[in-house]
Amino acid sequence: MGVARQPATGPDIVDLADTAGVARPGSIGPTDMVQLLDAQGRRVSDDAFGPYADALDPQTLRGFYKDMAVVRRFDAEATALQRQGELALWVPVIGQEAAQIGSGRALAAADYVFPTYREHGVALTRGLDLADLFKLFRGISNGGWDPRETNFHLYTLVLAAQTLHAVGYAMGIKRELDAGLATEPAAVVAYFGDGSSSEGDVHESMVFATSFNAPVVFFCQNNEWAISVPFSVQSKVPLANRAAGYGMPGIRVDGNDVLAVHAVTQWALEHARAGKGPVLIEAATYRLGAHTTADDPTKYRPSAEEAAWRARDPLLRLETYLRTEGLADDAFFRQVKDDGDALAAHVRSAALALTGEGFERRFATVYAEAHPLVAEEAAWFAQYAASFEDADPSDSTREGGVA
Amino acid sequence: MSTTMTMAKAINAGLRATLAGDDKTLLMGEDIGPLGGVYRVTEGLAREFGTDRVVDTPLGESGIVGTAIGLALRGFRPICEIQFDGFVFPGFNQITTQLAKIHTRSDGMLSVPVVIRIPYGGGIGSIEHHSESPEALFAHTAGLRIITPSNPHDAYWMIQQAAACADPVIVFEPKRRYWLKGEVDTAAPARDPFSAQVVREGTDATVVAYGPLVPVALAAANAAAQDGHSLEVIDLRSISPIDFDTIAASVEKTGRLIVTHEAPTFGGIGGEIAARISERCFYALEAPAMRVGGFHMPYPVARVEEHYLPDIDRILEAFDRALAY
Repeated sequence: MGVARQPATGPDIVDLADTAGVARPGSIGPTDMVQLLDAQGRRVSDDAFGPYADALDPQTLRGFYKDMAVVRRFDAEATALQRQGELALWVPVIGQEAAQIGSGRALAAADYVFPTYREHGVALTRGLDLADLFKLFRGISNGGWDPRETNFHLYTLVLAAQTLHAVGYAMGIKRELDAGLATEPAAVVAYFGDGSSSEGDVHESMVFATSFNAPVVFFCQNNEWAISVPFSVQSKVPLANRAAGYGMPGIRVDGNDVLAVHAVTQWALEHARAGKGPVLIEAATYRLGAHTTADDPTKYRPSAEEAAWRARDPLLRLETYLRTEGLADDAFFRQVKDDGDALAAHVRSAALALTGEGFERRFATVYAEAHPLVAEEAAWFAQYAASFEDADPSDSTREGGVA
Repeated sequence: MSTTMTMAKAINAGLRATLAGDDKTLLMGEDIGPLGGVYRVTEGLAREFGTDRVVDTPLGESGIVGTAIGLALRGFRPICEIQFDGFVFPGFNQITTQLAKIHTRSDGMLSVPVVIRIPYGGGIGSIEHHSESPEALFAHTAGLRIITPSNPHDAYWMIQQAAACADPVIVFEPKRRYWLKGEVDTAAPARDPFSAQVVREGTDATVVAYGPLVPVALAAANAAAQDGHSLEVIDLRSISPIDFDTIAASVEKTGRLIVTHEAPTFGGIGGEIAARISERCFYALEAPAMRVGGFHMPYPVARVEEHYLPDIDRILEAFDRALAY
């Protein structure tokens, strides 16, 4: 077992860090990261993390596959909706299903997630109606759901800003535990990417997290590309290596291996919930699709690279494993396909039915308390809008001026 | 119950009352614990409430504001101190793209009641980045509230009101008035923090000032009185929202408006007040609204800052110009 789980700031980490190789940026392979299921779908032994996978029953393993498959189907439907003009933009998640389902399924109900804008798989694991994600991309809302219902925060578009919110939220959990206001330990997961890792907020969030021993897991999906810029421009070392500099454990994991991701995230969450402080996980994965539907990867990366990563597909390897071990049959995979199609049909009809609130509502959400300027402008707009009510409907300014 | 204290002590007392009154409040900032802050505004609070309520953070303004947002999402009410005006900018992103927007982003479901205290303004002979007045940059951002006390009594109450507000509030504290003494009535019912106050009545012109320039405007009114002119002085108190009703009522009476602030005149709060009052009081105005502010330059070096800062003479010069119409 070779692991770039970087070192060694607590006794339990020393136990785990039997090897601490330094990986080359962008490299993947069994020698420098945690892997429990290789690209051919074979179980890899691992003394530290293997037991987590060994403890999973067949139903859970099938559940991982189903989650990944329906998210991929959902993602395809969303991309189609964008192409058909029903969404302004879509952010494909294809290729990163294992990183998201593996980490999301490791969470407990009381844990809290701060996503970027690509965590559709994590959203599924939190119980979100995935159609709610479309409110953002259909111009209905800048949020779209009540985060308190699923402990899944709103998507944050300014890169890395949410990592600090996650740390603050985790500091709050710790304060409650320390003050006896809460009894159930909980942890927070801050999702971010290899591009975001260059943002100063990631640095400050790791400084604050370690300084205050906050129960937070930094989960970086290193998908190799920040739009068109390769990971080698962001960092000369694997991001997990940076953890040592902050004084927390860092684990590099095969992000296309759902079992390994689930295992290391479970370990990290237990670590955080036990009051031992933050953990950095770097999930080595690949953005098989475009950055967004407005992007064109053919301009900046060779198709051979994509092909190489398709061979490491997270769904394929779990399917192979499930079939080889006799844990799932054709009927199961047919059912999963049907489930994915059903989800796609649901989100499509839900998307087309989405109607936003009127412009007037925007005035009402700027401030929580009464605000005279907003009230004045809202009143003015209402009067202005009303002035069009008797106007000739063929007047072209009507449509352009007031919805 | 009335007590004489400096503005710094008044803010300290206001913070003490806030911490004592609500377990969910906490102070966060650089050097605010055992040291009591570089201006000693939080002096003694760490000893009294513990360093888990008065938290010395790592040195990172984005981190301070960003983690305060997370704490607020968890139900806490953080009061952040930014050490100096010019050092708020590393936290500007978190304040403008996150703090100001989370309520509306969530369609009103989430609130982030974070208070950010910022000592601001010049006149203390300091070095670069320690004398700035960046309030207009924040006032332009919907979702934030901005208040600035000019005297100890307001300082005592307004910090408590900011802490109780469901919206994010930036409290700009006029650092050159930290040592200004005044009466603080800790039993008086607090005035609406988002309202302006007529602090001197007059008939010939309305001078709107806030924060550090309120005493200057009052001194200008005193000087004008010796020449037989009567200036009404309004302490704006709230920069966002602005209490235009109080200003308009005054200008309807005086017919002239002078707005003064240390921040650069161009694109400043004075321009917004001048425009709004021109719309509302056009027929009452005897002269165009006059602005007396800083020049369009980065805050100058301390040796020459007296020429940059609005003073009695520049306010009176503007008044003379207004009279000449």
